[in-house]
Amino acid sequence: MIDLFKGYKGKALEVLKKFNLRVWSEAVIRSSRGEFKGIILPRSEHDDDRHLVLKIPSGYNVGVAVDNITDMEEIGYKEAHYKIPEKEFPISPEKPNIKLFGTGGTIASRLDYRTGAVIPAFSPGELYGAVPELADICNLTTEKLFAVFSENMGPEQYKTLAIAIGEEIRKGIDGIVVGHGTDTMHHTAAALSFMVQNSPVPIVMVGSQRSSDRPSSDAALNLIHATTAASISDIAEVMVCMFGPTSDDYALLHRGTRVRKMHSSTRSTFRTIGDIPLGTVQKDKVIPLRHDYNRRRSDKDVEIYPYFEEKVAMLYYYPNMQPDMIDSLVENDYRGIVIAGTGLGHVNKPLYPALERASKAGVAIYMTVQTLWGYVHMFVYETGRDMVSKGVIPAENMLPEVAYVKLGWALGQTDDLEKVKEIMLNPIIGEITEREPYNGYLVFQGGIPEFETFLKTSTSNFLYKGSPILFF
Amino acid sequence: MKSKFDPQSNYKKTKKLVGYVPRKEAKTRVYESLGFKCGLEIHQQLKTKKKLFCRCPAGIYQKGNEYDAEVQRHMRPTLSELGEYDGTALMEFKTKKNIFYRIRNVTACTYDIDDTPPFRINKESFKIALEIALLLKTSIVGEMHITRKQYLDGSIPTGFQRTGILGIEGEIPLQNKIVRIIQVSLEEDSCREVSDIRHDRIYSTDRLGMPLIETVTYPDMKTPDEAAEAAQYLRFLARSTNKVRTGIGAARQDVNVSITGGRRVEIKGVAHIKRIPELTHNEAFRQKALLEISRKLIERVEEPEKWKIRARELPVKLIHSENLPAQFRQDEGYRIKAVNLPEFRGILSFFTQPGQCFGNELHDRLRVVACLEKPNMIHSEELSPILGNEDFALVKKMLESGENDAQMIVWGPQEDMKTALETIEERCQLAFQGVPNETRKALRIGTTIFERVLPGPDRMYPDTDSPPISIDDQMIEEIQKSLPADIASRVKQMYAWGIPKDTYTYILKRNFFSLIESIINDFNECPIFVGTLIGHNLKNIEGKNSLDQKFNYVTKIYDLFKFKKQRGLKKEILKLMLPIVIRHPHMDFGSALSTIDYPKQMEKDILLHLPVLKEKFKKIKTSKDPGAESRWIMGQLRPIALGNMDLKKLRKIVDGVKK
Repeated sequence: MIDLFKGYKGKALEVLKKFNLRVWSEAVIRSSRGEFKGIILPRSEHDDDRHLVLKIPSGYNVGVAVDNITDMEEIGYKEAHYKIPEKEFPISPEKPNIKLFGTGGTIASRLDYRTGAVIPAFSPGELYGAVPELADICNLTTEKLFAVFSENMGPEQYKTLAIAIGEEIRKGIDGIVVGHGTDTMHHTAAALSFMVQNSPVPIVMVGSQRSSDRPSSDAALNLIHATTAASISDIAEVMVCMFGPTSDDYALLHRGTRVRKMHSSTRSTFRTIGDIPLGTVQKDKVIPLRHDYNRRRSDKDVEIYPYFEEKVAMLYYYPNMQPDMIDSLVENDYRGIVIAGTGLGHVNKPLYPALERASKAGVAIYMTVQTLWGYVHMFVYETGRDMVSKGVIPAENMLPEVAYVKLGWALGQTDDLEKVKEIMLNPIIGEITEREPYNGYLVFQGGIPEFETFLKTSTSNFLYKGSPILFF
Repeated sequence: MKSKFDPQSNYKKTKKLVGYVPRKEAKTRVYESLGFKCGLEIHQQLKTKKKLFCRCPAGIYQKGNEYDAEVQRHMRPTLSELGEYDGTALMEFKTKKNIFYRIRNVTACTYDIDDTPPFRINKESFKIALEIALLLKTSIVGEMHITRKQYLDGSIPTGFQRTGILGIEGEIPLQNKIVRIIQVSLEEDSCREVSDIRHDRIYSTDRLGMPLIETVTYPDMKTPDEAAEAAQYLRFLARSTNKVRTGIGAARQDVNVSITGGRRVEIKGVAHIKRIPELTHNEAFRQKALLEISRKLIERVEEPEKWKIRARELPVKLIHSENLPAQFRQDEGYRIKAVNLPEFRGILSFFTQPGQCFGNELHDRLRVVACLEKPNMIHSEELSPILGNEDFALVKKMLESGENDAQMIVWGPQEDMKTALETIEERCQLAFQGVPNETRKALRIGTTIFERVLPGPDRMYPDTDSPPISIDDQMIEEIQKSLPADIASRVKQMYAWGIPKDTYTYILKRNFFSLIESIINDFNECPIFVGTLIGHNLKNIEGKNSLDQKFNYVTKIYDLFKFKKQRGLKKEILKLMLPIVIRHPHMDFGSALSTIDYPKQMEKDILLHLPVLKEKFKKIKTSKDPGAESRWIMGQLRPIALGNMDLKKLRKIVDGVKK
């Protein structure tokens, strides 16, 4: 059945029906506040049932209270078709072939009236219509694997994605781009880092912090950067490619196991933690910042390990955490726990017996740090040594989310906790580093004169044009 | 025929053909015959503590070069809600501007640079806007929906302005007619432009996000003077709330003009209402001129849709080097193109505005669209020729131009030349149609230059970050209770009081009506005296002194009258006290009195001086004029009489004594 009353309910719906009007009716509404003319628009499901939404001739939307309406009539009907213009994506043999997998998120999107939110639009034609620059970079094909918001990505999606990537690589693709919502992009990046190993081509994850329905969106530039990295980069790893600074300037390529979303809304939200990024993308160049990465190869020998145990939990420790938090996980058959502890990796003493119980019950327990930067050091204080003796395993400088993903992945492969430990503590791709470089920890503070000087210039002059003010 | 063409005389001839008359000589029927129509969009900042969608302080401005950080963005067109691209959006995208925002930490936060979604709307501004919407007698909407209005010029870092309609269909009364209001909206202000050179445009973000209301009228104004009158009325109305900002940039007018056969052209950013008449007058004639040009071109060209320019690389050595503008030689990376405009002879020097011809339309578009700084071109019909006839003769030969063609030479960096040529062709093609929809920038001299293509309703998009805001009847009733009286009735009241007309503008502009009204009512003062004390004396004092804007003069002046009453002073003394009180706002009234050497004297004591003065006058006898004695005595007595007794009464007594 065709929905004539998109989003309207209750009183508003009654009034529409009473006067024989529908969504997209061109209407004249007489009310105690005056006369209103315009097109009746769908209403967001979350809004109240006391107003009709009207697009008036100047293009603005207004709400008319149904209680005030005395009369309405339909004088026309004008249904809107919101569609990104589709143009056939031009293919040229000398350009690399890139596959873009869609998972949802806001890389390209359109308005959803029902929720008032934006929903993704995706085909190569649509993308080409919106970002014609893509055709100068690569031959793009797309496949929508799922359309979920970032927070709904989980183990099933990780596995499907890994398998799909594997198939594409075996078919000989030159690079993979994964469009992803930004909230949990670093979880998925970690999962793919473990599930897709020894890739001969770059696997670049990308999203946007501002939806593509706004002129200042970072979506287009992110997509340009990501396809550039997938096309020409020599770095054949799972990476996150997002804005370096908040300015429309260059992108950073972050290793999938060392990256984290660090701000709820800014464009420069993704940062490499405890190390330096793999490289930058600027215009049509990829500039590696380090050399110990997996290089692009011409073979198709990728290894796919699509495993995941769902009964793994992460506990963010807080003072006064009660032992039953851990007991309840054990009672509910959890097989693994990652703790984000304070400082060097601590929890309070009352938890110790619970940890011991959990360990004895065969639960794998790993310690990470809430500080995000730095290593777990459980031998500095006696308390730490106590915990180790109770079966808690320090996870070095693995980020909490990465440790969570890796533990799920490891437990998905084996029940043997010794094997799990071996998997956990042997780094596959940078999730644990032997050493933390001095410049791996840089959280600048505003107000410091030299940093204020840096902030005054929006472009990457400092980075690329050899300015004498290059600092640190 | 050949080469006899004189651009100057063509300019004069076409000016006459268009029927241009200076505004001072233009009668109402000139505008009637043009079919002059004008509507206004008035932007008025509201006096709130904070910005509209974030918690940054409003009203703190940074100086040109004061900033803490710089952010760069590019704007990209997106689809409107109904699935269309907006024309302006596409043009702005063509210009490929690097937009730089200069931020000061005290006035801008991550919301301002579009790195944080909007916070809940500022309630204070919402109420003020609602008050103004009610004063404009609009139908108040049931729910305000925040809409994104796209601006790709970069003036707002998001690429759109968050705005919402509060009321539609209102009206204001002018002296001779009612002007209808289309809508009133509450919106966030944009950035201030610092500079715009080549591909780099710089903005400062201090003004960004400050709440303002936009009032849009129907094109009901039929003469330039009516347009100014309506603007004035809307300004007074906003100020009558006492909750709007004043000062430079706090109120800005966009003026829409069209004539019969023309199209709506929006003149942007008119800073002073007094400039509206000249600007609209000239725009009306510019449109008339463009219609004449279109008529001429259609006569000459059979298939306008097939009209095309022809461009060739111009070897520099072809031109006599001493005639070349400096750009040719200085910038080595520049390319020079010679362009043939078929059938455009007599068009480039066709009058468009005082001192400007059609060639200027190309000049301006090249700067804005192709980012070519001026000078960027020379054409064959320059009003003050730069190249000699022999140079253009060579160009014509090279281009194989026909007798009826015009030529131009355009230069700029290689990468911009494609856009430059497209721009020339596009503007010339538009000339066949008459008047292009444009926004134009107002110049001080009363003419305008191209700013951008006029955006349409296709640039509106619902703001998915903000929920609608319900406006219930109770809220409206609450605000209705404290609405100020409307401007028309205030004018009537002042007239009834006998206050001279020449004070009204100042009184309404500074929103002193309520002050005058309460002084008259509370202290039983003479309305004419109060009106002129404020409308003449205060205005005069303000004009001569740079005053402390933050000081509350309303309370001060009210208290001054209270002081007068308490002390039993006569009203004339206020004319002496006022300048002191205004210049030294923190001085108490007692000290102000002693500053003007005011002695408290009883009436009878003043009159005691009379016999002595009479005797004295007999001795000095300044003049034989019979009135001389009274004048001299008044001169002697005024300083001590001021404030102590009514001067008119004194004069009568002096005259009486003399008799």
